[in-house]
Amino acid sequence: MRDVAIVAAGQRQQAAFTDETEVQILLPIFEQVRNDTGLEQSDIGFTCSGSSDFLAGSAFSFVGTLEGVGAYPPICESHVEMDGAWALYEAWVKLQIGEIDTALVYSYGKSSPGSLRDVLSTQLDPYYLAPLWPDAFALGALQARMMLEQDIVSRDRLTEIAVRSRDHASSSPHAVRKGDATTDFVEASPVIADPLRADDCAAGADGGCVIILAAGDIAKNVCDRPAWIRGIEHRTDAHSLAGRDLLSAQSAALAANAAGVGDDKIDIAELHGPFTHQEHLLETALGITDETIVNPSGGALAGHTMMAAGLMRIAEAATRVSAGAGDRAVAHATSGPWLQQNLVCVMEGD
Amino acid sequence: MSKNNCAVVGVGQTKYQTTRGDVSMAGLVREAAYRALEDAEMSWSDIDAVVIGKAPDFFEGVMMPEIYLAEALGCAGKPILRVHTAGSVGGSTALVATSLIQAGIHERVLTLGFEKQSESNATWALSLPQPFSVSINAGAGGYFSPIIRQYMIESAAPELIGCMVAFKDRQHALRNPYAHLHQHDLTFDQVVEAPMLWEPIRYSETCPSSDGACAMVLGSESVGDASSKPVAWVQGTSMRSEANTFPGRNEVNPRASRECADDVFSQAGITDRRREIDVVEMYVPFSWYEPMWLESLGFAEIGEGWKMVEEGATHIDGGDLPVNCSGGVLSTNPIGASGMIRFAEAALQVRQMAGEHQVDGVQRSLGHAYGGGAQYFAMWILGDTKP
Amino acid sequence: MSEPSQVEIELPAEIRDVEPVQSIRTPIRMTYDYIPSSSAIASLNAYAEKRILGGVSPIDGAVFVPPRGVDPRHGVATTETVDLPDTGHIGSFCVTRLPIPGREDLEIPYVSAWIFLDGADVGFLGLVSGVDTSEVHIGMRVKALWKPDDELGRTAENIVSWIPSGEPSLPFEEAGVRGYRKRSGAKGSDPLA
Repeated sequence: MRDVAIVAAGQRQQAAFTDETEVQILLPIFEQVRNDTGLEQSDIGFTCSGSSDFLAGSAFSFVGTLEGVGAYPPICESHVEMDGAWALYEAWVKLQIGEIDTALVYSYGKSSPGSLRDVLSTQLDPYYLAPLWPDAFALGALQARMMLEQDIVSRDRLTEIAVRSRDHASSSPHAVRKGDATTDFVEASPVIADPLRADDCAAGADGGCVIILAAGDIAKNVCDRPAWIRGIEHRTDAHSLAGRDLLSAQSAALAANAAGVGDDKIDIAELHGPFTHQEHLLETALGITDETIVNPSGGALAGHTMMAAGLMRIAEAATRVSAGAGDRAVAHATSGPWLQQNLVCVMEGD
Repeated sequence: MSKNNCAVVGVGQTKYQTTRGDVSMAGLVREAAYRALEDAEMSWSDIDAVVIGKAPDFFEGVMMPEIYLAEALGCAGKPILRVHTAGSVGGSTALVATSLIQAGIHERVLTLGFEKQSESNATWALSLPQPFSVSINAGAGGYFSPIIRQYMIESAAPELIGCMVAFKDRQHALRNPYAHLHQHDLTFDQVVEAPMLWEPIRYSETCPSSDGACAMVLGSESVGDASSKPVAWVQGTSMRSEANTFPGRNEVNPRASRECADDVFSQAGITDRRREIDVVEMYVPFSWYEPMWLESLGFAEIGEGWKMVEEGATHIDGGDLPVNCSGGVLSTNPIGASGMIRFAEAALQVRQMAGEHQVDGVQRSLGHAYGGGAQYFAMWILGDTKP
Repeated sequence: MSEPSQVEIELPAEIRDVEPVQSIRTPIRMTYDYIPSSSAIASLNAYAEKRILGGVSPIDGAVFVPPRGVDPRHGVATTETVDLPDTGHIGSFCVTRLPIPGREDLEIPYVSAWIFLDGADVGFLGLVSGVDTSEVHIGMRVKALWKPDDELGRTAENIVSWIPSGEPSLPFEEAGVRGYRKRSGAKGSDPLA
């Protein structure tokens, strides 16, 4: 595989961007990554983005966001209706072909105008599941209850994960739920969908994330310590409730194995778990041990920008590798109910 | 590290019609995928990854339907990517799949585009009230009609050129069993006399709204070499996008279109475009876009694309550059699949497997798709030999 | 090319006599509460005063209307705004003979047109009225028909439509984007466009 690295990453996230459009959320981040690398849009070989029309409430919503990139003269560009982590994968593939040396990846989500927990119901099997309108928290709760009742995880462990998120998020400028990192505080948070408390569910957020990828020498020229992508893989599980084991994250394990997560010590892991019990499942699937710092940013629990939370995990891990906080990191992104689809990206510093 | 060769080794399509009430969404995509696998002489387990594309999710009312379709596409335990680049999506989806082979990541990729417009209400989907703006959205026809009007004036084309294109494509569709519109008794006069919907666009010059899916199996060089049937080798791929509204934008002949074409022809080593390309599958949702794209793609001089139509150069019978032998988007339009159908029909022509609408002796074909406000472009050139 | 034969499915005996479900209806209703962005707020407030705002590109001064807060060529924010007159011309147009959802008030046929305001560098979509559809043409001069003062709100809907101003028309070569390209030294003019 060709050596490709993340050479710049930026993000903005807050509970709601009430007075900015998606384009306006992104503009300062584009400016930041361009300043960080000295690369202009005309230097970029391929641009790829990820977003959702259902989230925005309008068809072809990504067409408007293209305006933020500066798409003239025309650019080589594509879009996935997926979390931006998969846009990054598509860009990485293009770089592997060897005809371009740089790529710009972005994604964004503004769920504050709608009700995300309901919007996500439209993602389910339209004939058998969606008509029942199970909301996203209820689905998470079903899985959490199964895990608790079968001793896959304990209530204390879930609380511990929620406390960890609040603790780590305290030092993160992008986290929207932070501080009060005590067991008592978390245990006092209201039950949203029994057995899930508010703190077991990711804090909703609006935001955007932008990453620049570069290959070989160009990466070294524009970044002091690029985060080299050593493995990037994604897999999906079956969708049907009856067609999968909800007590494990099988496709995450498959992707992690293919990406070589277990080949060496992992210093940092950024896992995209929309619920505490799912963060636990992911740690198991990826074989994370105590020697790894999990979600130093606070993770998706501390701020969950739909369609960008996965790309943000990659950005968080890459930024830490570039800053020298670790030599080897893994980032994970998920999509669909019960961690149906998963992407794993392993990065290393020089 | 170098670019690996990629070949189309299988094509599968559903019958296209207004309502495919006999199948679910899963059944629809599976029908096309199954036929593509059958053509490729493969089974589900041979496929390494799936790349699926479709236009707005609101058309079926399912958010990111690939999640629900994982089982139907045999994806459990495999990678699946979902592409959405507006109307060009079927083409760009095929190009993403191609890049997976060219990068050497996979050996066999299933790629598929679909739309089941009958499941929801497309007009509703496209007319969702948008905040802080006035709703005078008159659909795609309302958007493209002013652009066509400009072309008609600039080129001084005869008024009935669009009708000639529409009549030709409907004639071509009669030779394609999968096409949606089979208007056996249609006359040219009927095309001309059809009511104006979005003047200067007549009802007869617009595309239908279809349910349907189209799939291809793409393979690496070794997979292509091993095929017992003819394969179509990818000789060039290109995508370009430009913003929708900016000062001086050439809406009739967008720069993104021209640069995308320049790129793809240059990759294929083609200098005399009209002579070296044998057949074109072009994205023509409104009849006048055939002469417009003929110019933009460099098959005709600026302002002269209509002359090719008038001379019959794009007709399957006797034309030197047959365009849309399948009947094109004007005869079949499951939006998310329409670009994929162009790309797949281009492959069938090179493989000499297009049946009654096969053009004799095709060595090289162009597949073309566009979307948005004519701002997203995807193209590929296929040949019967490796690049 | 013949179509592959359909696969025959044998149903279990116990459901063979059950009437098959042909279709189901699943109504979906989702509510989105949008808050206007800062650039939209300024523009909507201006409409309430029968003013039209344009966004000015910080790169070359090109004027975008309505202001969306960005110059899409360069991907930069447009923070400065400028007041534009409510007069302009038709860049191109469509005569629509179909009803559109949510606008049952429109009489068919109606004309939608790209309106190029004087001093703006891009057009936007507007309705044209007060003229027989057969007389509408590219280059025709128009002015805004505003709602009565007591019906004005903070909305673009304050402009009911665009009506002929009676001024001499622009020649085709100078109307719409062509006019922009023709102006010598036009801001950001791209010879390749």
